[in-house]
Amino acid sequence: MDKSSWWHRLCTFLSLGLLFLLLLAAHYWAGDYYLRLLNTTAVFITMAVSYNLINGICGQLHLGPNAFVTLGAYTAALLTLTPAEKQASFLIAPLVWPLSDLALPFPLALLAGGLVAVLFAYLTGFPVLRVRGDYLAIVTLGFGEVIRVLANNLQTVTNGPMGLKGLTPYTNLWWSWGVAVLTVATVMGLKKSGFGRAMQAIRADETAARAMGIEPFRHLLLAFLVSAFFLGVAGGLLAHLITTISPTLFTFFLTFNLLIIIVLGGLGSTTGAILATIIITWGNEWLRVVEEPLDFGTFRLPGIPGLRTVIFSLLLLVLIIFYRRGLLGRWEFSWDWLFRKIQGRPDGG
Amino acid sequence: MTWAGFAQQLINGISLGSLYALVAIGYTMVYGILRLINFAHGDFLMVAAYLGIFGLAMFSLPWPVALVAALVITGLMGALLERGAYRPLRRAPRLSLLIAAIGASFLLENLALVFLGGRPLPFPTPAVFAGSFQVFGLYIPRLSLLIPGVTLILLAGLFYLVGRTRVGMALRALAHDGEATQLLGINVNRLISLTFVLGSTLAGVGGLLWAMKYPQVNPFLGVLPGLKAFIAAVLGGIGNLAGAVVGGLVLGVLEVLLVAWFPAWSGYRDAFAFILLIIVLLIRPTGLVGETVMEDKL
Repeated sequence: MDKSSWWHRLCTFLSLGLLFLLLLAAHYWAGDYYLRLLNTTAVFITMAVSYNLINGICGQLHLGPNAFVTLGAYTAALLTLTPAEKQASFLIAPLVWPLSDLALPFPLALLAGGLVAVLFAYLTGFPVLRVRGDYLAIVTLGFGEVIRVLANNLQTVTNGPMGLKGLTPYTNLWWSWGVAVLTVATVMGLKKSGFGRAMQAIRADETAARAMGIEPFRHLLLAFLVSAFFLGVAGGLLAHLITTISPTLFTFFLTFNLLIIIVLGGLGSTTGAILATIIITWGNEWLRVVEEPLDFGTFRLPGIPGLRTVIFSLLLLVLIIFYRRGLLGRWEFSWDWLFRKIQGRPDGG
Repeated sequence: MTWAGFAQQLINGISLGSLYALVAIGYTMVYGILRLINFAHGDFLMVAAYLGIFGLAMFSLPWPVALVAALVITGLMGALLERGAYRPLRRAPRLSLLIAAIGASFLLENLALVFLGGRPLPFPTPAVFAGSFQVFGLYIPRLSLLIPGVTLILLAGLFYLVGRTRVGMALRALAHDGEATQLLGINVNRLISLTFVLGSTLAGVGGLLWAMKYPQVNPFLGVLPGLKAFIAAVLGGIGNLAGAVVGGLVLGVLEVLLVAWFPAWSGYRDAFAFILLIIVLLIRPTGLVGETVMEDKL
């Protein structure tokens, strides 16, 4: 191992340590509101980074992450609820057998959520990854719709439109940030590996990649499965953060938010996705003001629900028209870059 | 199911299918020329429906004036959308264009939500279009005849325009090869604007008829019909005008019959179109009618 790579590892290790200390501080001193915001940020980092694997790194427009999130959320929720709790919530029709008696600890439930999403991705990957471009976009958009319809109608599995209530809020800073760090490490590792380079070759020019002996289907399927796993786990985390899930919770709106995040961060940049997630989730909180009534003492301005989405839609349009590369483009933050900047050495030296 | 019952469902299916066809035409025309799925296309149903409410209920205009005004404004908004959001991206990667379309769709829906509220508004259907009559023991709402009738007339006009006029020839040339068309001295920008005006106006007609058929207008009215119309366009072979009509009718009739034959599955109705889409893309990706080569299908 050469010296600079050793330094980089040390820096990564130190910054993870810093994150740990920050989370520890938050764990003891932050109020409920900030805890929730920090948890949401971490879950969105997980979702955005794994979504970016398909859209940014492989260059395929996938519009169905909400389907995988829903699958993960329902699976994990059904597994952590105790049999008694399940009996109490399934009023119209009882839950089907193995699920009705099964109860697993939270980590295993999360894992199961991820695996169910992977299974779904595997089964649908064969037909879906044969198409490209707009067709891929619309078929994957269909996933979200199909899963929503299933969640609404499979009364004996999902409890229909009533959804699942009263989940134990297992998701805490350690779980949410732990998963986020794991996701980022996996996706960055994958991007640097031979598989990742092949994926980027497919993004640049699929025909040329084929001519070089890269099999697009195999690589896209791998990206699809990895992304599905983390989206599923994120769904499980989200379910145990919100504690109530229903079929209307994870709509195309979620996909839209993730799309804004990865476009803002720069399609293909993992560090960009992290940065953009932080900006968007915190910005979303600050913008809450515009939807709340404003009091000017003598007169009152009523709040305008939906205004935030107008702002975000405009942001997406402006970004895509005038600033298509996003914050970081395809560039990744690296320690090497930072050291060069600090020492004033030119890039690439 | 009895024959009378079947006929009844068939009429319902054709009327729904005609609406899909009207909207699918817009998708297929824009796709043929720009190779773009205009995600915001479905939202023009909503725009026209709200404009119809304004004209009819707020300004109490006579219905022909109100409806035509709604259609004209919808058509212009379609051209405006292209000018503002799609034209700057003409040379950008196609995925950027698609993302812009998604952004535009959310913008339209949420502007409606901000300005008009989320509560559904009733659509004041003019008396001419309401009511129903009975033939051979079948109960036929007047709209169920009106919708296919209007669709038929508009499509005949459109087919004439595209197939028999000079403008139509230019449109076909543009769909075939944009750069060569430009080299021939044809004003491509004006043609693209025209395509959007035509497509949005047809979607607007679809929206007004939809609002008469299901008289509850909300900001997200156009989302599901829009998606299904797009599926209808793919089903028929995207880029192909006749295909869009066939696809729309097939989808409408199948959807209605599915619910009629298997009432227990009615909840799955909205998933059906997507499953059909996946099957079509697998078995016959060029669609039922289309022989068009799709460059980015491997």
